[in-house]
Amino acid sequence: MDPMNIVVCVKQVPDTATERKLRSDDNTLDRDAADGVVNELDEYAVEEALRLKEAHGGEVTVLTMGPDKAADTIRKALAMGADKAVHLVDDALHGSDALSTSYAMAQTLKKIGFDLVILGSESTDARTGVLAAMLAERLGVAQLTLANKVEVEGSAVTIQRVTDYGYDKVQGSLPAVISVVEKINEPRYPSFKGIMAAKKKPVQKLGAAEAELAADQIGLGAAWSEVTEAAAAPPRAAGTVVKDEGDGGVKTADFLSSKKFI
Amino acid sequence: MSEILVLVEHVDGEVKKVTLELLTLARSLGTPAAVWAGPGYGEPAKARLAEYGAEKVYLADSAEIVDYVVGPKAELLATLVAEKSPAAVLIAATPEGKEIAGRLAIKTDSGVITDAVGLSEGFVADQSIFGGGVNVKSRVTKGTPIIAVRPNSTAPEAAPGAAAEEQVTVTLSDAAKAAKVVERVKQEKGARPELTEAAIVVSGGRGVGSAENFAIIEKLADSLGAAVGASRAATDAGWYPHQFQVGQTGKTVSPQLYIAAGISGAIQHRAGMQTAKTIVAINKDPEAPIFELADFGVVGDLFQVVPQLTEEIEKRK
Ligand SMILES: Cc1cc2nc3c(=O)[nH]c(=O)nc-3n(C[C@H](O)[C@H](O)[C@H](O)COP(=O)(O)OP(=O)(O)OC[C@H]3O[C@@H](n4cnc5c(N)ncnc54)[C@H](O)[C@@H]3O)c2cc1C
Ligand SMILES: Cc1cc2nc3c(=O)[nH]c(=O)nc-3n(C[C@H](O)[C@H](O)[C@H](O)COP(=O)(O)OP(=O)(O)OC[C@H]3O[C@@H](n4cnc5c(N)ncnc54)[C@H](O)[C@@H]3O)c2cc1C
Repeated sequence: MDPMNIVVCVKQVPDTATERKLRSDDNTLDRDAADGVVNELDEYAVEEALRLKEAHGGEVTVLTMGPDKAADTIRKALAMGADKAVHLVDDALHGSDALSTSYAMAQTLKKIGFDLVILGSESTDARTGVLAAMLAERLGVAQLTLANKVEVEGSAVTIQRVTDYGYDKVQGSLPAVISVVEKINEPRYPSFKGIMAAKKKPVQKLGAAEAELAADQIGLGAAWSEVTEAAAAPPRAAGTVVKDEGDGGVKTADFLSSKKFI
Repeated sequence: MSEILVLVEHVDGEVKKVTLELLTLARSLGTPAAVWAGPGYGEPAKARLAEYGAEKVYLADSAEIVDYVVGPKAELLATLVAEKSPAAVLIAATPEGKEIAGRLAIKTDSGVITDAVGLSEGFVADQSIFGGGVNVKSRVTKGTPIIAVRPNSTAPEAAPGAAAEEQVTVTLSDAAKAAKVVERVKQEKGARPELTEAAIVVSGGRGVGSAENFAIIEKLADSLGAAVGASRAATDAGWYPHQFQVGQTGKTVSPQLYIAAGISGAIQHRAGMQTAKTIVAINKDPEAPIFELADFGVVGDLFQVVPQLTEEIEKRK
């Protein structure tokens, strides 16, 4: 098998430790309200891509769709060891829903070519968990998702797909789309050398036109769904907190009885 | 009223609770039609679907449907959407359910809403986002609304339906068969309800201290017929298996009752449990953020409080 062309999809998300908001004008994610960080699960995706490259040879390309500041996220993935990056960036992409995002990314993937596409199984901001399945559908390739183990042998790819009861062993062949769950590996920290090297690695910026995206498939205007209202959740009514005086269990049972759980 | 398709979740021929919830929800907006994919359909399943109001049951019960990762189910639903023009398609918002919804959306050129926690007239969905901090209403604007609904969003209510069966055949495309399931590995699960479906969840965190100590969490769970969950600190330490992790990078649960013992209530944990109806916290630190969410909290040592609570529940049963 020839060396693999691996593309790893990395998303910039607002830091979960800060307060996250939607914009009041169009109900899209307010990317300026919070610091942008690499979607945590995508670090596992990058790590898995690097391990596959180390085992089989090839090249790891980072693919990010996001505004200018998502370049920070690309740098981090490059510092971990990815070879190069493609940054899909265009104001016309603002407000894309999952259908548009998957369209834009699938078009780009067709353009840049791939043997294996690796994603995180979910982003921490939108958490739709649909993108990998959508890419497999759009690209017409094997969907090897929710993996906690990946093995490549020749052109055969086998994963363990996490299920409620344990896991399914699933087989497909290249080209394929993989999504990974946490605990598949332990993502490496970028070394100082890696951080320095990342500054010189090529990052190709692609606009909507260069990626040959149809205008009626992207952005808020094209979205297949809309957010009609958004409001901060009302604070939960303050509950009762008691100090255990040797009867904490009994008091909790009283509460549960009052709510008919017992 | 127009038909609403509900994809049935089933194990060993039994209909899962989330499907009864979805049928109940569908009934409030149209005429529910259940879609059964894969083997196992029989009298018990039919009776259950009828009891909860399915007027129709579309049956695609060949083994082939479940031999491949999600593609065949999406193809089956797409066929039905084309033939029956339903008003909407409801799917359980499990990781697999969301993947099916995603592929179906593309096949039918329709919008998809994930993790709806409520649904009203016009298929306007309620979503609880950013760890429960923001509530939004959203809706599909193109195609057939495809909505992945979170388990435990609605209380299932019985109301009889005809459950008239109609066989459906799909010829699977090669693309749908690209990822083949070659083996299913069942790890011991025990008699406890499934975490994401359970009406009650009892979770332990770093405060539990060890794998052995999780026995006291399990005992409390068993006294309530509950599922057991864990914080990431507990799963990372290897005290409890990873698949029981609740939170942003674990499972999202939305039970009637959530009991957190020895869990501080970090935002990433809250992301997975904040939509629980009633929350009880047991923590020795009065400043623990979990108390901000708790309907009832005990500041105390879980090793005292939890066993006493279990004993008290057993007494009162
Ligand atoms: C709170 C919220 C709720 C939303 N709900 C919906 C909804 O119900 N329906 C809908 O159609 N859209 C929804 N959206 C919009 C949707 O999130 C975006 O289109 C998003 O880009 C794709 O969804 P995701 O991040 O949830 O992807 P997921 O499927 O959760 O992400 C999986 C993986 O895909 C990769 N990935 C995702 N986005 C990118 C990117 N931009 N660049 C590179 N890699 C990426 C990453 O590897 C990631 O780990 C929502 C957005 C928000 C903020
Ligand atoms: C990107 C990201 C994703 C994450 N995803 C998740 C996730 O999915 N799920 C998750 O849970 N976490 C997640 N985390 C981790 C999260 O930030 C917290 O570190 C974690 O939830 C802490 O677990 P804990 O509450 O059990 O431990 P701690 O925060 O250490 O809290 C332990 C609590 O136990 C109490 N305690 C100790 N001993 C006793 C006793 N004897 N009796 C009573 N109380 C006692 C202490 O007072 C303390 O409040 C994530 C973090 C990141 C950065």
